[in-house]
Amino acid sequence: MSFLSKLKAGLGLLALSSLTAVFANESKLNLREGVTEISREAYHLHNWVVIVMLVIAVVVFGAMAYSMWAHSKKNNPVPAKFSHSTALEILWTAIPFIILIVFAVPSTKLLMKQYDTAESDLTIVVKGYQWKWKYSYPDQELEYFSALATPRDTFVNSSELASTPIAAIGHVLAGGVVGAGDKPTEKSATYLLEVDHELVIPVGKKVRFLVTAEDVIHAFWVPDFGIKKDAIPGFINEIWARVEKPGIYRGQCAELCGKDHGFMPIVVRAVEPAEFDAWVAQKQEEKRIAAEDAAKAAASSFTMEQLMADGEKNYLARCAACHQPTGQGLPPTFPALAGSKIATGPVAGHLNIVINGKAGTAMQAFGAQLTDVEIASIITYERNAWGNNTGELVQPADVAAFKNGK
Amino acid sequence: MGAHAAHDHHDDHHDHKPTGITRWLYTTNHKDIGSMYLWFAFAMFLTGGFMALLIRAELFQPGLQFFEPSFFNQMTTVHGLVMVFGAVMPAFTGLANWMIPLMIGAPDMALPRMNNWSFWILPVAFLMLISSLFMSGGGPNFGWTFYAPLSTTYGPPSTDFFIFSVHIMGISSIMGAINVIVTVFNMRAPGMTLMRMPLFVWTWLITAFLLIMVMPVLAGAVTMMLTDRHFGTDFFNAAGGGDPVLFQHVFWFFGHPEVYIMILPSFGIASAIIPAFARKPLFGYASMVYATASIAFLSFVVWAHHMFTTGIPLGGELFFMYATMLIAVPTGVKIFNWVATMWKGSMTFEAPMLFAIAFVVLFTIGGFSGVMLAMAPVDFQYHDTYFVVAHFHYVLFPGAIFGTIAAVYYWLPKWTGHMYSEGLAKLHFWLSMIFVNLTFFPMHFSGLAGMPRRIPDYNVMFADFNMLSSIGAFGLGLTQLLFLWIIIKTIKGGPKAAAKPWDGAHGLEWTVPSPAPYHTFSTPPVITDENAHS
Repeated sequence: MSFLSKLKAGLGLLALSSLTAVFANESKLNLREGVTEISREAYHLHNWVVIVMLVIAVVVFGAMAYSMWAHSKKNNPVPAKFSHSTALEILWTAIPFIILIVFAVPSTKLLMKQYDTAESDLTIVVKGYQWKWKYSYPDQELEYFSALATPRDTFVNSSELASTPIAAIGHVLAGGVVGAGDKPTEKSATYLLEVDHELVIPVGKKVRFLVTAEDVIHAFWVPDFGIKKDAIPGFINEIWARVEKPGIYRGQCAELCGKDHGFMPIVVRAVEPAEFDAWVAQKQEEKRIAAEDAAKAAASSFTMEQLMADGEKNYLARCAACHQPTGQGLPPTFPALAGSKIATGPVAGHLNIVINGKAGTAMQAFGAQLTDVEIASIITYERNAWGNNTGELVQPADVAAFKNGK
Repeated sequence: MGAHAAHDHHDDHHDHKPTGITRWLYTTNHKDIGSMYLWFAFAMFLTGGFMALLIRAELFQPGLQFFEPSFFNQMTTVHGLVMVFGAVMPAFTGLANWMIPLMIGAPDMALPRMNNWSFWILPVAFLMLISSLFMSGGGPNFGWTFYAPLSTTYGPPSTDFFIFSVHIMGISSIMGAINVIVTVFNMRAPGMTLMRMPLFVWTWLITAFLLIMVMPVLAGAVTMMLTDRHFGTDFFNAAGGGDPVLFQHVFWFFGHPEVYIMILPSFGIASAIIPAFARKPLFGYASMVYATASIAFLSFVVWAHHMFTTGIPLGGELFFMYATMLIAVPTGVKIFNWVATMWKGSMTFEAPMLFAIAFVVLFTIGGFSGVMLAMAPVDFQYHDTYFVVAHFHYVLFPGAIFGTIAAVYYWLPKWTGHMYSEGLAKLHFWLSMIFVNLTFFPMHFSGLAGMPRRIPDYNVMFADFNMLSSIGAFGLGLTQLLFLWIIIKTIKGGPKAAAKPWDGAHGLEWTVPSPAPYHTFSTPPVITDENAHS
């Protein structure tokens, strides 16, 4: 074999193997096939369009490449003079038009299928918050929040992160431009795609998701289901999925929703219907026990040590994303709590902002999100940590009294 | 219509001009203003590029290495705004200022004082925008698309500076566009009928119409934001009876024509350069004009394809899908026409031609992903992922930016009177070509694999592609410093350029000496079919 034909064969092989790689299942070079009828059809439509596009690319770029060689000044010293051809121009207007119609037909069919949310077996309300999801099962009377489970320590590779231009440039230069931060951490395969409470759905059932949001626009996206829908405050959007295979499916918020947009994963656990029923029963039982415990706890009083220990844990899980573990916040958007008027002023004001939130800011109304015990611990912690040494203790009963007094 | 042969122009035509800073502050000369636009655009290109490199440094590997996520969001936002409004649009306006009067045989732009004003308010707007990064709470952090309510209720305090700067940019663009339209309609030399105009003039005329139609819409959007923030209105606030999706409709009614504003002049540039270096007339001149006009028209009826996931009704979804797919037809016509122009030509491959050919090829790749994104049922998988980032960077970097670079190499001899270094320019081309693909091609894959856009950190499965993109980005950014060096070198000296340094070039700009004198076409040339377009 001559060098040229070897080269050709090699290139051919390379092209073939990369094509196979592109279309191989489970490959990270292509869209995933997913586990619903919709995602599979979208996947096949996608593959088909990619192939047509590749064919067009070969024809057009091939013609250009050939022309660049054959019609270079060296190989074709005298240029032709033609400047139009009505027949050709009609032809290359008509052919793309026909190709597009061929694409439009299956697209229309699939879109109609995706929009058909009728006759669902289960309804779940998905509500986006800055930066977590709330899943409600109205018929099962269950609801819970789902937030990132990856600890902050795992994703912060640097002892200090910049939040101003000068510091940012300094950090990049200090980091050797693209070098690592100064304390790289191990990252697991589910890094940033793991949550504290998964969304659980039954396989084989048509699950309808009603998607909305509390504050800004988010987007609910599970790639394996082939569905993505914006979660918009004031709107309820509908999507559906009938998952065929039990498993854990991971997605992310897909619409820029502020600071921690990148830290708002979605994890869905699809289980057999019987297992789902068992999960619902167990959740309801947990809910009942939790309510009893909360009632008991609300009636009991805690020591400062207990509240501070619990408070620190709860604060780090619920509050530190904005107000920072140091209590310094990221002012002016996320105010500091250390030395703040609210955290060192009257307890009622502190209770009010935690329970009722502050409209028009990322400060949500946590009254319905947290138990009275959790709120009491967080407030006690905030009033005594970082030099806020008020010495004041807030008991669950105080929280309950504030709520009832309102 | 148009050609006023006896245009009253009896002030002195000597090449005398004021000196020092006042020359630039007070100038009404289209060439001076064109140069200022181009330098401003280049400065903004490097500024926006620097921000892109900060973004790519953070994304080089998983984990937060350098920035708080809030600062990362400011970088993605301001990078986009600076590149769109500071680099691409002023670069095109600069080319329009320099070349349109020269191409239609006019002595200057029709409204020279407005021309001065439309340039000089731009640096003010961008100083204000960039200064907001240093304010308490940081600069805009809601994406260049600034969706409500993230930008209204939840925007940082500096958002008002952002709003004001967008207003100023819009006023500048509208004035520039009016100037182009008035110039093209009133200042053409005798015999320069519309269908004899070079395609660059045509594409810019159509761009100017798009600009005066959509920039006021953008101004409306930011004004509604302003009143929502400060004057108690609830246009975009659901809690007050408003509609957050309305914002997106208004924004994209501006935004979609805007993306054509950023590409049509490049079509004109390719249509000047490819025939020149193929030494063969442009294929299908009339269909090029009609295709450009069709693309411009269609750009007004496709805006909601950016909003396929917002839950618009099935009927709306279908309409916007079909209309968007239809854009592929006139765009295809243009690409086929360029290939047919090359066909049986007698080509040489100087830097302008190389960049123009790369523009056609890479823009077409962006077109392929565009057709894919148009298909709503599959778009659900692509939307807001890196696939979209790959798509629009393929149409913007090799599209708008390569087009501009091609134009600069093509007309630099005319502007400076010197030939640039072909060897360095070819090096600039090959490095740009390699790095632009290394930067943006892997983004297709990270998007398909499921990586959302605008995130400061990502799962380890996206790590390889991000590392490739970051390496490419640093190469691409550094390569553009070579471009700066080539330009400065050419201004300072180099082989003397002939009036027509490209043997295949056509058009009035090549009938004046190089460098083009301060005042040209004081006596209008007469255009016949012989010396008409291409």
